[in-house]
Amino acid sequence: MNPTWVQLTYLVCAVGFILALKGLSGPKTARTGNLIGAAAAVVACTVPFFYADLKHVPLILVAIAVGTAGGLFGARRVQMTQMPQMVALFNGVGGGAAALVALLELHELLDVGADPGWFTWLATAFTILVGSVSFAGSVVTFMKLQELMTSRPVVFVGLPIVFGLALVTAVVLSVVTVTDAAVLVGIVLALVGLLIGVLLVLPVGGADVPIVISLLNAFTGLTVAAGGYVLGNTLLLVAGTLVGASGTFLTKLMATAMGRSVVNILFGALKGGSTLGSGEASDRPVRSAGPEDVAILLGYADRVIIVPGYGLAVAQAQHTLRELVDVLGQRGTQVDYAIHPVAGRMPGHMNVLLAEAQVPYEQLVEMDDINGEFKNTDVVLVVGANDVVNPAAKTTPGAPIYGMPILNADEAKQVVFMKRSMRPGFAGIENELLFEPGTTLLFGDAKDSLGKLLSAVKAL
Amino acid sequence: MSEPIVWLTIFVLSVFVGIEVISKVSSTLHTPLMSGANAIHGIILLGAILVTGTTDNAVAVAVGLVAIVLAAVNMVGGFVVTDRMLQMFVRKKVSTGSTTGGGSTTGGSSTTGGGPTTGGGPSTGGGA
Repeated sequence: MNPTWVQLTYLVCAVGFILALKGLSGPKTARTGNLIGAAAAVVACTVPFFYADLKHVPLILVAIAVGTAGGLFGARRVQMTQMPQMVALFNGVGGGAAALVALLELHELLDVGADPGWFTWLATAFTILVGSVSFAGSVVTFMKLQELMTSRPVVFVGLPIVFGLALVTAVVLSVVTVTDAAVLVGIVLALVGLLIGVLLVLPVGGADVPIVISLLNAFTGLTVAAGGYVLGNTLLLVAGTLVGASGTFLTKLMATAMGRSVVNILFGALKGGSTLGSGEASDRPVRSAGPEDVAILLGYADRVIIVPGYGLAVAQAQHTLRELVDVLGQRGTQVDYAIHPVAGRMPGHMNVLLAEAQVPYEQLVEMDDINGEFKNTDVVLVVGANDVVNPAAKTTPGAPIYGMPILNADEAKQVVFMKRSMRPGFAGIENELLFEPGTTLLFGDAKDSLGKLLSAVKAL
Repeated sequence: MSEPIVWLTIFVLSVFVGIEVISKVSSTLHTPLMSGANAIHGIILLGAILVTGTTDNAVAVAVGLVAIVLAAVNMVGGFVVTDRMLQMFVRKKVSTGSTTGGGSTTGGSSTTGGGPTTGGGPSTGGGA
C-alpha cells in the first residue's frame, strides 16, 4: 500500500482533473481548466520519485525529457488546420503506452508468480487489447487526415469476416490470459488489437473521422482506467474513467451535431455503399463569374453572411477574408459568419481557425442563431465549405449526410460559392445548391480569389 | 490490496462525474475539450514510470522507457496543444469585450476579465 501522503496527493490530482474537465467545458474557464489539469499531471508524475525507491532513475528522466521534447515540438509546430490529426496522434501514443505498461505488468506478475485474481488478469488483457486498438486506429486516422492515404472509406470483400474473426480471437486470448496467463499470449493479443484498430477505422469516411478520434480518445481513457486497476493506482483509475466517460459522452454529442449515430459512422460503409459518394466531378452546367461581378454583388448588398469551411483554412485565407469583411463593414454592409457545429474538421474547429485570424468573436454566429436570418440575406458567400450547406441533408434520404442539420444558405437571395473545382465535398456527395439559378461560382484558390475580390470591392 | 468493491465504487462514481462535468459544453468547445481530455489520459506516464522503475529485466526496462517516451508525448503535447487552441479564444474575447462592450453572450467574459485582464487585453490585441 502506498503511504498516506501519496494517496492524498493522488486524490488532490484527481480533483484537479475533474476541475480541468469542468473548466474546459465553459469558454470563460477553459484555459484555466487546462492549466489546472497540466499542473495536476506534473505533480502526479513527480510523486513516484519521492517514495517509490525507483531504479533506473537517470534513464527514466532521459525518456521523460525525450517525450516532453517530442510533445512540445509537435504541439508548437502543428498548424491549426492540422489540429485534428495531431490530437489523433497524441491519443494514439497514449494508448500505445498503456498497452506497453500492461504488457510489462503482465510480465512482472508472472515473474513474481503472484495470482492477483481473475479480474486483474482480465483488466490486464483489456488494457493490452484496447490500448493497441487505440494506437493502431489513431495512426490510421492520422494518415487519413494527413492525406497519407485516401480519406474515402476503404472496404474490401471479407472485411466484416476478418474483423469478426479478429474479435473472436481477441476474446479467446483474453480468456486464456485469465486462465493461463503468459507474456507471449499478451504479445499476440496486442498484435490482434493492432489489426482490430486498423480494420475499425479503414471503413470510416473522411468526414466522420473526427468522431472516431473522439471515440478512440474515450477508449484510451478506459484503457488507462483498467491499467490503474492492474497497478493498484487510484489516480490512473479515476483519471482514465473520467476521460472514458466524458469522451464517450462527447462522442455522442458530436455525432448528434452531425445527425449521425456512432454505429452508423463505424459500420455504415460495411452495410453497403451509403457512405460512399460519387467522388467525381460533375459536368452539369453551372453559372460562374469573375471577382469583379462578385464584388458588385457584395458591395451593394445590405446583409451578407459568410459560410467558412475547411477549404478556407487550407488556403490560409482567413486573414484576407477578414480584411474583406472589414471593408464591407465600412461600406455599411452587415456581415456575419455562420458557423456550422462541424465546420472545419471537428466540432468547434472553425472557431479556432477564425480566432487565429483575429476575427471578432461576436461576428461568429452559431447555426441555430443565424438560420432564421438567411431569408433576409442578400448574399451568402460560401468559402471552402460544401457539405454544411448541402440541401441533400434535408431532401435526399439516401445521402450519407441525410439528417445532418445544415445552414439554410439556399433561402438567401444569392449564393456565391468560392471553389477550387467542381469536386464534391469531404463527404463525397454532389451539392444541388451549386446548380440553383440563384447560385454563382467563383473558381480558384480561396486566398487568390479573396485577394482579387478584396481589391475589386475597394475599387467600387 | 483493497476490496474490489471499493474500486468498483470509485469507477462508477467517476463515470457519473465524467459525464456530469461536461454535460453543458457548447459545440464551440468540443475540440479543445477533446484535446484536453486526451492530455489527461497521458497520466499513464505515472504508470509507465512506476513499472519501469521497479523492474530489473533489461528488455522490460527498454519497453518501459519506450512507454515513458510515448506517454510523455501524449501528456505534454496534449496540454500544450490545448493551451494553444484556447489562447486564441481567450485573447480575442477579452479584447473584443473591452472595446465593444460585447454582446449578450460575450458580456460574461468581459466581466471575468476584470480590471487586470482587461488592462492586458488591448495591449495583446494591439500587438497581434
